[in-house]
Amino acid sequence: MDLIGHLWLGLQTSASLANLFYCFIGVFLGTAIGVLPGLGPTATIAMLLPVTFVLPPVTALIMLAGIYYGSQYGGSTTSILVNLPGEAASVVTTLDGYQMARKGRAGAALAAAAIGSFFAGTVATLLIAAFGPPVANMALRFGPAEYFSLMVMGLAASIVLAQGSLLHAIGMVVLGLLLGLIGTDVTSGIQRYTFGIYELADGIGFVTVAMGMFGLGEIIRNLEDEEQRSMIVSKITRLWPTKEDWRRMTPSILRGTVIGSILGILPGSGSILGSFAAYSIEKKVSKYGSQFGKGMIEGVAAPESANNAGAQTSFIPMLTLGIPSNPVSALMVGAMIIHGIQPGPSVISEQPALFWGVVASMWIGNLMLIILNLPLIGMWVRLIMIPYQYLYPGILVFCAIGVFSLKNAQFDIYLMGLFGVLGYVFSKLGCEAAPMLLAFILGPLMEEYLRRAMLLSRGNPWVFLQRPISATLLVIAVLALCSVLIPSFSKTREEAFVEGAG
Amino acid sequence: MGTAFRMGPAYFPTILGGLLFVIGTISVMRAFITVGDPIGRFAMRGLVLVTGSIFLFGFLVRGLGVALALPVLVVVSAYASTKFLWGPTFIMAVGLTVFCVLVFLEGLGVPLPVLGPWLGG
Repeated sequence: MDLIGHLWLGLQTSASLANLFYCFIGVFLGTAIGVLPGLGPTATIAMLLPVTFVLPPVTALIMLAGIYYGSQYGGSTTSILVNLPGEAASVVTTLDGYQMARKGRAGAALAAAAIGSFFAGTVATLLIAAFGPPVANMALRFGPAEYFSLMVMGLAASIVLAQGSLLHAIGMVVLGLLLGLIGTDVTSGIQRYTFGIYELADGIGFVTVAMGMFGLGEIIRNLEDEEQRSMIVSKITRLWPTKEDWRRMTPSILRGTVIGSILGILPGSGSILGSFAAYSIEKKVSKYGSQFGKGMIEGVAAPESANNAGAQTSFIPMLTLGIPSNPVSALMVGAMIIHGIQPGPSVISEQPALFWGVVASMWIGNLMLIILNLPLIGMWVRLIMIPYQYLYPGILVFCAIGVFSLKNAQFDIYLMGLFGVLGYVFSKLGCEAAPMLLAFILGPLMEEYLRRAMLLSRGNPWVFLQRPISATLLVIAVLALCSVLIPSFSKTREEAFVEGAG
Repeated sequence: MGTAFRMGPAYFPTILGGLLFVIGTISVMRAFITVGDPIGRFAMRGLVLVTGSIFLFGFLVRGLGVALALPVLVVVSAYASTKFLWGPTFIMAVGLTVFCVLVFLEGLGVPLPVLGPWLGG
């Protein structure tokens, strides 16, 4: 069969000694930053991007992807043991995970999270392998109008899935699009929004924005309430779940995997929304629903499976369409471009070893992760104990040198500082940064496709509605935005996030 | 500006700018009508010292070199924490500087001086 042949090629690629090594480095670092509260995958990948320039493209992507799904494993460890989410997607795991730990069942909670994540990771890997090629084939027939509408839909979805005010999310998207246009216009060669600053002629680097808003902004936010970071780590006893645990967590893992896989493909959220949704659904479906929050194993297994499934399926739009759906995959698109690979639907057919190698590496990475996270859990516990005040200056150092090394420009260091301030202020005002970052990378692409589509249609804007695929995508975008205005839906949306915050 | 058929460089930005203006206006007006959550205290110490340390690093790194600009970055930013202690911060500054010089400057060839021209390096 074709699929097996492709996966075999992928396994051969990813099982080379160098790729295995960097896959391990990726998932190891991923677990580490997942365990450490206040350091997320976006900032880490942004910091490490310059380091991957010396690697071959497959190896670089394998490592970067490993950081992302690895962080989903590590995040649960901190949530369960110290009641602090190590990662945004592990927020809901604190609710039942920490309660389990307080009852002396930390081991079972950790095992449920790791086993659930492994199962979800395996399923998600197969989903990418199965759906990647057909989606890419369809996308090969896309014209500029379809691409433009696809991006509109993506941005609409990221607005709906953003936390907080809808209006603010729309504003952030528009601002992101505008920031993306800074620099020299590709078609006319005219400089836009550069104010005569020479360094802005090439535009603002995506890594600079990501490091500023996610790296610096996050550090400043964490310094707000240092006192609350008390570290009392629960003791881990027996790791292996009991028969009763297995019986109860198996259906939750299955449900979490399905929910996470579907929501992961949606733009903007990646793994975060999946874990929230899986938790709320589990609470409704489970017969122990009323006891959620008191240490139910379902409340750990479902969201942890969901966030891992979502972290991996969120690579589908990036690998098949070349369109990033969240800041992490946007950074990987950037990495591909730097390595001279034009992201898009043709990557699968033209660079089969790259696509299948990355897909197969995800499964190998998951295998490494379950070993890293269960037998070696003691090592990560010690990492949690590192106080934050010894951590963040190090993060700043890597950000500063990393951002400089991209273009060897001091200007980028200043720019990163500026985006750090912006990131903090935005978070204070309840404006989420993720939709802005997505819009930032899509901005120039959208303009390009809009211009081409209008040129082909001789200035007729109806072209977007006359082409069936394009029209469908736009209708979905409008429906998604309108759905927020329906009272019952917007209430669920708010509740889902409140539950995580509480 | 151009037309919808042949868009000039200003076409798309003008649309976006207009949109952002409308959103901003609505947002400001809404703020007068509805009651929102208070923004809360700004972490001024963190904000000033963290961004300050980054700007300072950018300003000093070419002139003084990594060997001095990096410790400055570490100490100034670490001072933002209420749990700041001189001893561990000093050790951390030395450790990170040695690590960065070895990995980034020697290993990855980032073109920054260890000791800058201001010190005759």
